[in-house]
Amino acid sequence: MSERVGMEIALAAAETVALCRPDVVAAYPITPNTHIPEHLSDIVADGRLDADFICVESEHSALSACCGASGAGARAFTATSSQGLLYMAEVVPIVSAMRLPVVMIIGNRALSGPINIWNDHSDIMSQRDAGWISMFAANGQEVVDMTVQSFKIAEHRDVMLPVNLNLDGFQLTHVVEPMMFLNQEEVDAFLPEYKPYAALHPDNIVSMGTLALPEIFNEVMKAKDEVLKGSKKVILEVWKEWEEKFGRSYKPVESYRTEDAEVLFLAIGSMAETAEVAVDELRDKGMRIGLLKLRLWRPFPFEEIRNAVKGAKVVAVLDRAVSFGGPGGPVFSEVRSALYDEKDRPMVINEIIGLGGRDVPVGDFVKIAEKATRVAKTGPEEEYEIFGVRGS
Amino acid sequence: MEKAKKWPEDWQEITPGCMVSRPGSAREYHTGSWRAQRPVYDNSKCIKCGICYIFCPEGCISQDADGYFVADLNYCKGCGICAHECWTGAITMVEEG
Repeated sequence: MSERVGMEIALAAAETVALCRPDVVAAYPITPNTHIPEHLSDIVADGRLDADFICVESEHSALSACCGASGAGARAFTATSSQGLLYMAEVVPIVSAMRLPVVMIIGNRALSGPINIWNDHSDIMSQRDAGWISMFAANGQEVVDMTVQSFKIAEHRDVMLPVNLNLDGFQLTHVVEPMMFLNQEEVDAFLPEYKPYAALHPDNIVSMGTLALPEIFNEVMKAKDEVLKGSKKVILEVWKEWEEKFGRSYKPVESYRTEDAEVLFLAIGSMAETAEVAVDELRDKGMRIGLLKLRLWRPFPFEEIRNAVKGAKVVAVLDRAVSFGGPGGPVFSEVRSALYDEKDRPMVINEIIGLGGRDVPVGDFVKIAEKATRVAKTGPEEEYEIFGVRGS
Repeated sequence: MEKAKKWPEDWQEITPGCMVSRPGSAREYHTGSWRAQRPVYDNSKCIKCGICYIFCPEGCISQDADGYFVADLNYCKGCGICAHECWTGAITMVEEG
């Protein structure tokens, strides 16, 4: 294990992808993920990585190229953000339906319009139901570690599904952090050479991306759902192996100072780091408060969520995406749904926060904690709130 | 060749990614079952020009030993393009009973 090295997280992600020895990288630049494929193209051009870097003309082509390359038996990687992910959208559910273990890093950014290049989660949430494994990193170290884990999870023979790894645009992509890097031997020992289940080759003919008629489509969708749900077992195994080898623990739902907590924040992505500081400050003042950090988004960790909220009076779910005219942010509506059948369930409130790069300082968490304390006594005040809106 | 099942009985039998590992198996699915009308040839009007053969989008029309054209009803979807294109009106689309 090397020492900590300071580096921009996007570059660290690219360096780590290179250690995973992808055969094909296809990407089209879009802020804020751009530095990832840009740096990978440097690494390929410098001869440090023996991969085909395909300069495609669009994100639709980027994911299509990865789909074809993966079908041909290659380890394929792409990265995108925001509108780029939407431009890929036609191909996104096809890659998972074809069981191709493409890995994609998403530097999360608000969807237009109005045009905005900064962070929120509206991009990935629009592709929530596409059948990919979906995970969130909260800091640079998690990006490095989860990049390697993503390939191993995706390619496992019981999974064979694409993985999207989400990191907040700018808050993570453009920030320099100290990180522990793996060396090539460590990555090679953890991540074996990719051996595809099947590959397009004239010596062993297979058809991929075939037609499925109405008589079989329900069964096909059931199979897709079951394999994604079943992937959690492999994800947990890979994280266990990671902890044993490298000493850093990964769980679907991380808990921070949740013992005896009456109020819990439930955050996703980098704002969980800020929330930790807020929890420390509020604990110092005697408040019984803790933090849950949702790492695994798909497959959704129902049991882990149910267990993690036990004993709490209020869970304040912090979403970084709006479901316009809907039941609250996507994390909130799913967490509340997961708890519906529980006998002793906490009140669940929703604050939609940090949209389009709006800063989420520690003070925001303090205000939300005060509100959670209030509604614990007086009851919920609205379906959900877009936090910090001037004039409301 | 062992005849394959038409499709898997249960969801557990779905191959990963619905991958098909036996080439040519689509031939065993008879799309002719989708047909509402069938083409009926009146060979007394047929001039053996082959325009029905050229235009058939299924490629299911072939020429018999006498030079007349016949549609393979296992695959003919009954689209009627052959009847529409036929110069002499030798093909009539007839409702399937």
